[in-house]
Amino acid sequence: MTAATSLAQAAPRSARPFRVLPAVELATLAGLVAAPFVFGERAELITLMTNILILSLLAISFDLCWGFSGIMSFGQALFFGVSSYVVGLVGRDLDFSQLWGTLPLAMLTGGVLAAAMAAFLLLGRKTPTSIFVAFGTLTGAYAAERLVSGWQYVGAGNGLSSIKLMAFGDYEFVEGQAFYTVALIALVLVYLTSRWLVRSQLGLVLAGMRQNEERLAFFGYRVQVFKALVFTAAGVVAGLSGALYAYHQGFTGPSNLGPGLSTTAVIYCLFGGSGTLIGPVLGTAAIEGLSFVLSDTEAVRQFWPVILGVVLLIVVMFQPSGLLGLVLSTRERIGSYGKRR
Amino acid sequence: MALLELRGIGKRYGPLQALEGVDLDVVAGTFHGLIGPNGSGKSTLLKAIAGAHLPSAGTIAFDGADITAAPPYQRARRGLSLKFQITAVLPELSVYDNVLLALQTGGSNWELLGSRTRVGLAGAVMTALDRFRLAGRADDLAGELSHGEQQWLEIAMALAPGPKLLLLDEPTGGMSPEERRVTGELLLPIKQHCALIIVEHDLDFIKNICDRLTVLDQGRVLGDGTVDEIERNQRVQEIYTSRV
Repeated sequence: MTAATSLAQAAPRSARPFRVLPAVELATLAGLVAAPFVFGERAELITLMTNILILSLLAISFDLCWGFSGIMSFGQALFFGVSSYVVGLVGRDLDFSQLWGTLPLAMLTGGVLAAAMAAFLLLGRKTPTSIFVAFGTLTGAYAAERLVSGWQYVGAGNGLSSIKLMAFGDYEFVEGQAFYTVALIALVLVYLTSRWLVRSQLGLVLAGMRQNEERLAFFGYRVQVFKALVFTAAGVVAGLSGALYAYHQGFTGPSNLGPGLSTTAVIYCLFGGSGTLIGPVLGTAAIEGLSFVLSDTEAVRQFWPVILGVVLLIVVMFQPSGLLGLVLSTRERIGSYGKRR
Repeated sequence: MALLELRGIGKRYGPLQALEGVDLDVVAGTFHGLIGPNGSGKSTLLKAIAGAHLPSAGTIAFDGADITAAPPYQRARRGLSLKFQITAVLPELSVYDNVLLALQTGGSNWELLGSRTRVGLAGAVMTALDRFRLAGRADDLAGELSHGEQQWLEIAMALAPGPKLLLLDEPTGGMSPEERRVTGELLLPIKQHCALIIVEHDLDFIKNICDRLTVLDQGRVLGDGTVDEIERNQRVQEIYTSRV
């Protein structure tokens, strides 16, 4: 046995007692799978849960950027919104809404748009600052919102309404359990793919990049290229989210690609716990759930947004690691990358 | 032929001429010390070699290639490695993952995505940690290490990819005398496969490990030679007796 081999056997093993995060992930999955059976008789709750699933995708796309890679994107809604318009227009002008065609098209749209923005914001000669990227993405979202607000072909300020129902063959997905199932499958697939990405050796590069970009460059990494790749992947996820949202609502409008929704995605992520993937899902569920309950409660119906705002402020200011930080140790959140043998 | 050749390096920050006409040759397998008073341009020169900033004048050739305008990642891939003056380990990663991150740069993006080199590099990671007495801390977070251990970890990270030239900016800063002695012992064996440029204020430390010294003063080379030659250099003595 060589010295290197014996040392390798002393390397950290995967059997560390990291159990909270997988337990939270499994509990969340179990809850989402059980939801249609629990809420079967209440259509408005299925609609709420479907919205949560779809918006969780948008929140995950922001988490990939900020929580794992240190890219402050205030423009995730741009990819969400443009993709929502694309599926709406394809349905209106081409009379086509087969999910096997339109969902990949929406992902491609989000990815290409994000890649173009990354080329502009991240791949220039000078290393961009976080502020530059934050303002760049924010400006992109704002400009897109203003553009579609005045563009008659896409419905201007009224947006696109009566979007053709998403279909698979002859089956059309209206609101309800079938649509919920499609959204859940999309979320699980995106979640597992993202989890694989962020826990891979490439994920280790992202984790290092988030902490010290300059150090990574001196190791030989092309930091901006890695950022551009993650930003593009996040654009793909946001695009998928936007398409599902448009089909589910039957409508899309300028506010779906502006700073308002982009910031909401940031809040979903921070509220649940950034850099965890499951945190954004829980954050989305908590905020949308709370909004639903408060807006439906007689005693607070007049001022529920104020209550929600105060709750958000308290969590973001006093619990920076989000709700998940209450049960998850820093060591477990960081995890390990070089353990598999 | 020297491994690193600097010719006429100048660096200007607005009205301040931080470096002017600096020539420097570093031969493979030698340890080269950069000394001088505070503000003499030592760290600026090291950063220009590493690519942290581009020189305003002059050329830098490394291993036969002109790298004057090359970005840091290209220099690193050619075999140039840097340890920062301020410790730059990644505190929210384990000690093990810090070194793995330094070692896995040889893989393609697809290999990284598929985690294909993770298993194969385990031995090399632990060997690098063991060399700097950190094997027992592999699973701790880098931010939990003492200052001296963080300095060692960063040197281990810088050495892990097997560079041809290692740039060390004040590697013993903030260390106890015992930690400095050990650091010297840990560095000496690398001479077999790696050249070194070291910026250090501890003259005894630098004299013990370096083959040659270059003395900078106000951005210019004041003297260059073996340790004995520098110790006998009248102008260097004046600088050190009058200012240091």
